[in-house]
Amino acid sequence: MRPGATPPRTPTAGTVPPPVEAAVAEAFREEWGQLVATLIRWTGDWDLAEECAQDAFALALRAWRRDGVPRRPGAWLTTAARNRAVDRLRREAAGAAKLREVAGAMREDGVPYAPEPGDEPDVPDDRLRLIFTCCHPALAPEARVALTLRTLAGLTTAEIARAFLVGEQAMAKRLARAKHKIRHAAIPYRVPPAHLLPERLPAVLAVLYLLFNEGYSATSGAGPMRPGLAAEAIRLGRVLVRLMPDEPEAAGLLALMLLHDSRRAARQDETGDLVVLEEQDRTRWDAARIAEGVALLDGALLRGRPGPYQVQAAIAACHATAARPEDTDWAQIAILYARLKGLVPSPVVELNRAVAVGMSAGPAAGLALLDALREWGALAGYHLLPAARADLLRRLGRTAEAGDAYREAMGLAATAAERRHLARRLAALE
Amino acid sequence: MKYVLLICGDESAAEHADDGCGGWSETMLERGVLKGGAGLRPPDDATTLRVRGGEVLLSDGPFAETKEQIGGFCLIECADLDEAIEIAAAHPAAAYGTIEIRPLVSP
Repeated sequence: MRPGATPPRTPTAGTVPPPVEAAVAEAFREEWGQLVATLIRWTGDWDLAEECAQDAFALALRAWRRDGVPRRPGAWLTTAARNRAVDRLRREAAGAAKLREVAGAMREDGVPYAPEPGDEPDVPDDRLRLIFTCCHPALAPEARVALTLRTLAGLTTAEIARAFLVGEQAMAKRLARAKHKIRHAAIPYRVPPAHLLPERLPAVLAVLYLLFNEGYSATSGAGPMRPGLAAEAIRLGRVLVRLMPDEPEAAGLLALMLLHDSRRAARQDETGDLVVLEEQDRTRWDAARIAEGVALLDGALLRGRPGPYQVQAAIAACHATAARPEDTDWAQIAILYARLKGLVPSPVVELNRAVAVGMSAGPAAGLALLDALREWGALAGYHLLPAARADLLRRLGRTAEAGDAYREAMGLAATAAERRHLARRLAALE
Repeated sequence: MKYVLLICGDESAAEHADDGCGGWSETMLERGVLKGGAGLRPPDDATTLRVRGGEVLLSDGPFAETKEQIGGFCLIECADLDEAIEIAAAHPAAAYGTIEIRPLVSP
């Protein structure tokens, strides 16, 4: 693999990768963010950090084929990347102090860096520094998310470009500009001090949730889910909650992610197709995650400072605690969506409220809300609007219109699994 | 890190021209972060110059006819952008005008 190329994150469909490639891909998922975050702390140079991390993975592919996969891939990669950084800095005749720091690779507290398997990350760990820096309010919001996905989650520029519906070159420019600003304006690489946290936190929460969603309903790739990204978002969410135990929205976000993630196993069938909530085998839901999510949410709500993540988690809890679909408290969900609409008005929230109203007050009431949304036009091109209309039209016995709406949704759906799901709905209609 | 704080405002900011900095300068000098700066006479008193083909071209007024004009500047030296933001946010002009924080080209 040439330097600068990104190792494969997911095996190509239809081929079983040799074990070394699989191990490198696995290590990439697990170690990329920590590796880049640590290299940035050592070198203070974001481009150098990314390049050395990439070089380390390229080297791993060759060395592991020859010598076998090391017992601790993360430690191996860290050493390889550090050596690469030392070489690069030496060639660029960097200052002796910086060279010593990287070569010695000392933590700020003077303890030599020695990653252990299963090491629980310290609070704050390097990834948390990285995410707070990526989400600095002096950066444009779209740059924050892009930078987090690139440096922390290791998505390629092309993947991020697709997620944002912009060209790859435009995204590359956006990322480069953000990194230049961090360097030239001296945006500090740290978790902000306590008095700054309340104003810095919302941007971090937004980015984590986006990261989770990217993993939970991936915008690219063959399968609908990339569990590694969702797991990374949850892991970072836990670190954040440990760091900010008094911040109910951080707990609310973690609860929300856990409650969604509890359904992961039931959300796909054997062929990898999406299974909708009402058709999921609820015995396959992860009871431990649900219990953890509900407990977190209850604790957060006790603080009496509700916010959008807590309300969304409350909605997810309504679903997660219903033993059967018909036990779902749709009236409560409709109320919660109305509340959410008050906190963060958005057409997608209104779409969900319409679905909940359709379930609690009847399909005609839901359809009236959806038709108003459709006239508004804000969700043009979003496949879930015609999909939701189709379901309500079906329940009203308006079969022909329902068929048209399913077909419209199929034309707009982004992933093959979603299209197959809609096709099954359509077939059941006929 | 060195930054220049460019204090900007529209015409309404002119009424604050003689306000002074309400103790901000003294505090920041004492803290050792304020390295220099001054308030500026209004854009009406500005002269803009270019040299083109060896010829000095002058025009009356500021280089950009925009609503927002620079009313003053401060040179500060501090740890990083977060500290610069905190220093700028304490400046009284931040409450009625805007302050642009520009890092200096490092030597």
